[in-house]
Amino acid sequence: MNEAFVVRDLYPVLPELVLAVGAMALLMLGAFQERAATAINWLAILLLIAAGAVIFWLPAERLEAFGGSFVLEPYARFLKLLALTGSATAILMSLDYLAREGQNRFEYPILILLSTAGMLMLISAGDLIALYLGLELMSLSLYVVAAINRDSVRSTEAGLKYFVLGALSSGMLLYGASLVYGFTGTVSFAGIAKASANGGLGLIFGLVFLFAGFCFKVSAVPFHMWTPDVYEGAPTPITAFFAAAPKVAGIAMFMRVAIDAFPDIVPQWQQIVVFVSIASMVLGAFAAIGQRNIKRLMAYSSIGHMGFALVGLAAGTPEGVQGVLVYMAIYVAMTLGTFACILSMRRDGRMVEEIGDLAGLARTNPTMAFFLAMLLFSLAGIPPLAGFFAKFYVFLAAIKAGLFALAVIGVLASVVGAYYYLAIIKIMYFDEPAKPFEPMPYQLKAVLAVSGLFNLLFFVYPGPLVEAANAAAKSLF
Amino acid sequence: MIVYALFFYLFASVCIASAVMVVASKNPVHSVLFLILAFVNASGLFVLMGAEFLAMILIVVYVGAVAVLFLFVVMMLDVDFAELRQGFIQYLPVGALVGIVFLAELLLVVGAWTIAPAITESVAAPIPPFYSVTNTEALGQVLYTRYVYFFQAAGLILLVAMIGAIVLTLRHKPNVKRQDISQQVSRTRDEAIEVVKVRPGQGLS
Repeated sequence: MNEAFVVRDLYPVLPELVLAVGAMALLMLGAFQERAATAINWLAILLLIAAGAVIFWLPAERLEAFGGSFVLEPYARFLKLLALTGSATAILMSLDYLAREGQNRFEYPILILLSTAGMLMLISAGDLIALYLGLELMSLSLYVVAAINRDSVRSTEAGLKYFVLGALSSGMLLYGASLVYGFTGTVSFAGIAKASANGGLGLIFGLVFLFAGFCFKVSAVPFHMWTPDVYEGAPTPITAFFAAAPKVAGIAMFMRVAIDAFPDIVPQWQQIVVFVSIASMVLGAFAAIGQRNIKRLMAYSSIGHMGFALVGLAAGTPEGVQGVLVYMAIYVAMTLGTFACILSMRRDGRMVEEIGDLAGLARTNPTMAFFLAMLLFSLAGIPPLAGFFAKFYVFLAAIKAGLFALAVIGVLASVVGAYYYLAIIKIMYFDEPAKPFEPMPYQLKAVLAVSGLFNLLFFVYPGPLVEAANAAAKSLF
Repeated sequence: MIVYALFFYLFASVCIASAVMVVASKNPVHSVLFLILAFVNASGLFVLMGAEFLAMILIVVYVGAVAVLFLFVVMMLDVDFAELRQGFIQYLPVGALVGIVFLAELLLVVGAWTIAPAITESVAAPIPPFYSVTNTEALGQVLYTRYVYFFQAAGLILLVAMIGAIVLTLRHKPNVKRQDISQQVSRTRDEAIEVVKVRPGQGLS
């Protein structure tokens, strides 16, 4: 039992160590040098890049640490890089906003770093305890950053709502975990998989509670209520962060538990995932139509996109998982690009958030209008943009797995969803121009350019991403 | 054996009764005191199971620190619990319905409860027999080796909680006098004392 520790055993957790130790060092720096806030933002981005570099440096095979509680295989690697990208971009996009709003506090990048460390732990979790600890580390930081603009009623309301509902969902998740533990006598996913081969009512009950907790974290219907309010209330760069990296981590844990821990009772969880997926796609498509605030619209859009991503998981096959991974990568790129545009909706020194404020953007700022239109087409899933391929892979997997009804409903929902994306494009191109926005800061320009070009040109050379997702998906099974 | 059973039922029933009172009592201070009673009884149950370390931790941490902290919060924040409870009767029927459905489901599950046959092979960290090691030893054997990752992760979570509390509540007010020890220590005699010659009968003017 008392295994001797060798430093080499710690190699798989090196990215997490880099982030955690780095965050603590930056905390010291910030506490003693109050003027270092901007520098800490950049240092935090550097740390996230360093963690990504470490992931590249580690050997590309299945590594385990701490008796299987921590797993690093190509699947975790892929999603970790994605989560790191999302976090780093979110910090980059918030630099200008924080400076202008006078919110430049050094704790903000540190909380994002710690939250990202939680995401990485979550993605690599090999048992229920590691999963829960990673999840709490991630969410606790998210609750705080949602409320970080503490003098604004909306921001504190968002933080409080997120906290209360998040705590409730963590409770459900824990309850499910304890039922599963009670049935199988182990918390490790491999052990649960072995013990759950012939099912059992208690196990299914625990599974349902676990999945309810996961659905909350990825904001899938029927546990989506918090999303629009939190997205609207939180400061915009933080909304951009919420929409990208935590979703990646949430989907990662969802897939890992479903596939690693319950591989032999696929039909039991498949029906839950199918229902959640259909409900999310349909609600995301219909509820977004009436929205006037673009952040609320993005919230419903993200609910819908989580539904589409879960279509791949419902298939429960390596192709399905590959589809989800491709979907998440493209989703992160699209969302961050769109938020770069939302963040530059600034007029007379104030942020504006109404969709009507985009009127006539094509005449006042044609480049931004073009890129935003491309991103919206991509979110709607119109070929040949990247968003089409994302949907294509998950639906293909669903059809191969025989889930025809799911695929058909998904396609129909995406048609309905296209309506509200197209409505924004119509407002930008055909309505009378409103007053022009202030010029975009260069960070946002860079993010928008990269994500816009990625979406436009993905079809030319999709190979690397699809291949990496394929290898990652195979490593999970 | 009969004494064991008697104590079990004593602790268990008092624990449940005081848990009900936590929710039901009108005065929030009474709620916290009932909470403490519930904790003490729960630790009694732990002792019966032979988990004396957990029992003592429960008393020290929960009763000693957490519950007293609650008490402070309840007394210092003027929370109007009567107002908070106003919706209670209104939502009672729906809540009761959900509760009953849930209870029925749970009974069904417990009725059909089976434990996986492979359970003996899959137990993660078997507890050493308690006549060979004490509780503390058994915990110590795994806490910093097998479970060091969880231990450190929990530490990080607490760090986030601390940062969060400071970020959301600390305000640096100007014009507040603070003690600056280095300034106090580095004061010299010349700065602190002024020698004034006072002529007789004239006073300080």
